[in-house]
Amino acid sequence: MAEASRTIAAIVGQEQGPVTVEVERGRLVAFGRAIGETDPTYTDVEAARAAGHPDLPAPPTFLFGLDLETADTLGFLAARGVDLGAVLHGEQAFTYHAPVHAGDTLTFASTFAEAYSKAGGKLDFLVRRTRVTRAGELVAELDNTAVIRNGGPS
Amino acid sequence: MTASATVEMGTELPPLVLPPISRTTLALFAGASGDRNAIHIDIDAAHAAGLEDVFAHGMLSMAYLGRLLTSWVPQSRLRSWSVRFTAITPVLAEPTCTGTVTAVDGRTATVDLAVALPDGAVTLTGTAIVELP
Repeated sequence: MAEASRTIAAIVGQEQGPVTVEVERGRLVAFGRAIGETDPTYTDVEAARAAGHPDLPAPPTFLFGLDLETADTLGFLAARGVDLGAVLHGEQAFTYHAPVHAGDTLTFASTFAEAYSKAGGKLDFLVRRTRVTRAGELVAELDNTAVIRNGGPS
Repeated sequence: MTASATVEMGTELPPLVLPPISRTTLALFAGASGDRNAIHIDIDAAHAAGLEDVFAHGMLSMAYLGRLLTSWVPQSRLRSWSVRFTAITPVLAEPTCTGTVTAVDGRTATVDLAVALPDGAVTLTGTAIVELP
């Protein structure tokens, strides 16, 4: 595959974190409401406990935004010359190893693992891999592929 | 409806049809999720990027797909999944999430996922690996 632009290629190998954050119950409720969740397991602690959870469960994609914000990935990329207006989300993957609930303290550690270019250099791809642990136990892995449009708005 | 022992190739998940994605939803999702790229919530930032308007977070559509999956099986059975964002979701779009079982191998099922808009545009495609009871 073709090489990514110099700005993007220079980010490969860089790491973010580890950063640690608590999963807040109120935030899970706000997230559930924002996505229109109708299953009370995700927004009502009593319903969650009745379903066998110790507290509200974090829904499948919740860790993505918590990581993005806690690690300030957008700020990290902007500081390295990436135009955030040119960044699109290309692919996202999750692998789960243990459930996450409100009250958990999580640590995110990320690596920009690879970059490549397509469409004759018009598009750069940047892959970021994240491991999420709780007291040393791996609970989830995230893979994020960003697409960066080169040459201004298109 | 939940997944039962009768899950087989071709089994379709009950589709999830969403109401139009309002600007309010984008603002609330930005704050609640932590996905605060201004291009989704600030029309001036969208204009500066050469776009006519804000557009929905890809991760909002993936969260809708998460609802599709967790209304079908308990979340603890979702082992892994991945999606590709294939088109932008405009503000006020009405996405529909669908899933089809494409393979059953022992105690796991492979589910192909998609999010589409009423005009036929497919905005996300993906695959989930789900444990069967």
